[in-house]
Amino acid sequence: MADYKWPPMDKRRVMGKRIARLDGPMKSSGRAKYPSDMNRSDLLFGALLTSPHAHAKVTGIDLAAAKAIKGVTAIRVISGPGTEIQWAGTEVAAVSAVTEEIARDAVKAIKVTYEVLPHLVKEDNLAKVGARAKAAGEQVTGDPDKAFAEAEAKTAGDYGIPVITHCCLEPHGSVVAWGKDKIDFWPSTQAVSTVGGDLAKMLELPATQVHVDCQYMGGGFGAKFPADRWGAEAARLSKESGGRPVKMFLDRATELTIAGVRPSHFAKIKVAGKKDGTITGWQSESWATGGIGGGGMAPLPYVFTNIPNRRMNHTQVSLNTGPARAWRAPNHPQASFLTCAAITDFADAIKMDPYEVFFKNAAVSARPETYRKQLAKAAELIDWKKKYTHGAQKTGTLRRGLGIGIATWGGAGHASKCKITIHPDGTVEVELGSQDIGTATRTCITQVAAETLGLPMSGVKVKLGDNSYPPSGPSGGSTTIGGVSSSTRKAAVNALEKLFEKVAPSLGVTPDQLEADDSRVVVKGNPAKAMSWKQACQKMGPTPISEMGENEPRTAAREGLNTQGASGIQMAEVEVDIETGVVRIIEVVAVQDCGLVVNPKTAESQVAGAMIMSVCSALMEERITDQTTGRVLNADMEFYKLAGLPDVGKLTVHMDITPEHDARGIIGLGEPCAIGGIAAIANAAANALGVRVPMVPLTPERVLAALANRRNA
Amino acid sequence: MSSSKEKPKDQQPKSAFSRRSWLQGAGVSGSVLSTGLLAEDAQAQTAANVMSGEVEITLDINGKKRSVKVEPRVTLLDALRNRLDLTGAKRVCDRGTCGACTMIVGGKVMYGCSVLAVDAVGKPIQTIEGIAPEGQLHPVSKAFVNHDAQQCGYCTPGFIMATKGFLDRNPNPTTEQIDKALSGNLCRCGTYMGMKAAVLEAAKEIKNG
Repeated sequence: MADYKWPPMDKRRVMGKRIARLDGPMKSSGRAKYPSDMNRSDLLFGALLTSPHAHAKVTGIDLAAAKAIKGVTAIRVISGPGTEIQWAGTEVAAVSAVTEEIARDAVKAIKVTYEVLPHLVKEDNLAKVGARAKAAGEQVTGDPDKAFAEAEAKTAGDYGIPVITHCCLEPHGSVVAWGKDKIDFWPSTQAVSTVGGDLAKMLELPATQVHVDCQYMGGGFGAKFPADRWGAEAARLSKESGGRPVKMFLDRATELTIAGVRPSHFAKIKVAGKKDGTITGWQSESWATGGIGGGGMAPLPYVFTNIPNRRMNHTQVSLNTGPARAWRAPNHPQASFLTCAAITDFADAIKMDPYEVFFKNAAVSARPETYRKQLAKAAELIDWKKKYTHGAQKTGTLRRGLGIGIATWGGAGHASKCKITIHPDGTVEVELGSQDIGTATRTCITQVAAETLGLPMSGVKVKLGDNSYPPSGPSGGSTTIGGVSSSTRKAAVNALEKLFEKVAPSLGVTPDQLEADDSRVVVKGNPAKAMSWKQACQKMGPTPISEMGENEPRTAAREGLNTQGASGIQMAEVEVDIETGVVRIIEVVAVQDCGLVVNPKTAESQVAGAMIMSVCSALMEERITDQTTGRVLNADMEFYKLAGLPDVGKLTVHMDITPEHDARGIIGLGEPCAIGGIAAIANAAANALGVRVPMVPLTPERVLAALANRRNA
Repeated sequence: MSSSKEKPKDQQPKSAFSRRSWLQGAGVSGSVLSTGLLAEDAQAQTAANVMSGEVEITLDINGKKRSVKVEPRVTLLDALRNRLDLTGAKRVCDRGTCGACTMIVGGKVMYGCSVLAVDAVGKPIQTIEGIAPEGQLHPVSKAFVNHDAQQCGYCTPGFIMATKGFLDRNPNPTTEQIDKALSGNLCRCGTYMGMKAAVLEAAKEIKNG
């Protein structure tokens, strides 16, 4: 069997190098065509009519006025009379027209009557949700009652993190054309190989009839896997308009209302332990919502999973709000925030430096030594030992504090197939039905192929974003780089073997004596005996060599190309103005392992980006609903706040790139780095203030309220 | 005043209502939104005439005159994206908040979603497509690539236009000035880490020409 192992770390020429992303010039010149940029001469524009009510029954729809508008080509009823609407923003009807303005006019002209039903859109106070609460059962390990009765120290705290949205900059949507023989589908997707089948299923057509093309996409974060109702309706509008392509993307308000959220998570947490910082008991009563389906329990206690005595109760709360979708590291950021806040408050109560408490209790995690090394590295980078003082010792108006957040993730490579074609002229094509969602997938695949074939980056052409290429899994759960790199490596090794068979006789050796290096095919140990890549390829005759490589998750770990299990520590330093309640980021430090790092430059970018997302979630992001109207109040980018350039402070990224980590193979990165930052920032603010702000985002109002509560206590 | 004064009267349409006047009324201001152009147009609007239906206008885009039929309510951004296939500027918030549609209109950095197409008549419009010849990269674009100040890339053209407009006015910026100049643009992937270095490198590159 061929040897697919990664070349030794010190021998790599292309992998592991800081290479600028290949599609950077296309994106930064405005020439990259995203699905929302697709124009066609006979393009129609689609628009959606959505429900203004959070809970209602549709009683009637009158399309007459809309149909009478000149330029309208088709109207479809999505939620007909009798349909029970469960959240505001639910799709009720769709229109296509020759201009976007006419499509919007037609939407406004549709008259819908509703029987309005009672709704619930808020869950922060569990006592007020009534029958919408559904207990998920109790989990008990050890003897928590005894542990708490015998504990030297006990703390109790309330913590909460609200629903946030994905807020993808390119909204959800697609261009779709219902042709005679096939449907051309240009969706903004993170699932090139599966989204076509999803659309076909909704349209009750064979999967072979949908062709997917998505070369660039403007952000997904877990929200862009399905074809979605609006994709299917755009297709049907196209069909009813004689096959003319229909472009339908959600407007910003609809995007923020129905296109996916991260579930909230609230918890009352009690921690018991010894005065030396050893945690012996954990009790949590938590609740969460992700819309009408409720919200499952985050993995509590997080990372410190083996606290010996634990009792967890969780309640799912069903709300009339837009449904949850996977959001970068589903449930982990919430779990990290809740756990790290409770542990920090325990450390605070026993007057211990939380660093020491995290360090000590790493013993009850799955990877004690890794976390301890990472804690030490992060502390060194942020200068923890010199800077840390207990919250009670802080004075002045501007107070600084430090905090820690912790992360764990799987991240094994997904199923992926890659086809590599070496042409007789020496050019190389690499094809995968994968996608580059901003994670530099194209660049990393090119690095792997170039490394394996002994070619420069320019010698390899990577093609993605098309479901006629061999299938790869959706980009979710940090599975892409491991999956596609492994399948590419195997395809390249297989193709090279075929090439060596053709070349070996000319060099008077057997194929196994050859290697590819520096754009040449060389006899191992005899570099003078070689021929150029181009000459070698001429030996294959007129037919290209085409070979497949496959990453099969069940056997991948054995092969050593990719594996799972990433750890990370983030630390933050913040400054809080106790008069205004404004929290300012001074620095966030991330120490992250992800096994073999294909491209440190883009990996660091991804980590820094996740740290910035954590700044957003810790300080700004919150989907605010209104119980009176049942609607989202901040479904725009003015009041649904994201951090800007001045808000993020100094970002320090340390990737654990060592022979020891490298030897594990590739592990996914996108999720693990998006977990610990919120906890780190919230804990830093608690340290600065000497009091816990129970809920993020840490708005000035919440900071001042926490200070006032302490004064009143 | 703008050069639209020199055009025949039927080519200088003024709408009865524009999002820009709404922006003024709402008191929206930002470092990127230049108030100068707003003030001029607010005056012009006092003598506004009412238009309806599609009108043909000529826009001066990246040095070329382009004719386009639009309704008066169509934003400059939508006219460029939907009717002229200039899709570098992106529509994200569509309300003058995120800067993804940043372009340079009449020499000023503007949000394309907050300017009506009919109000852009007579003003030179520069978009991301027009800052470098085909196949070449503007120094700002190049610096964003070098410092990996982009991920999904959807906000990137807006940031690059905001940076270009800023460096046109301020070729020797401090990092504090960069913070302020780019605070009218938002990125979701979180690409700010390399951005300051990219702007400083671009400034240097432009100076060394």
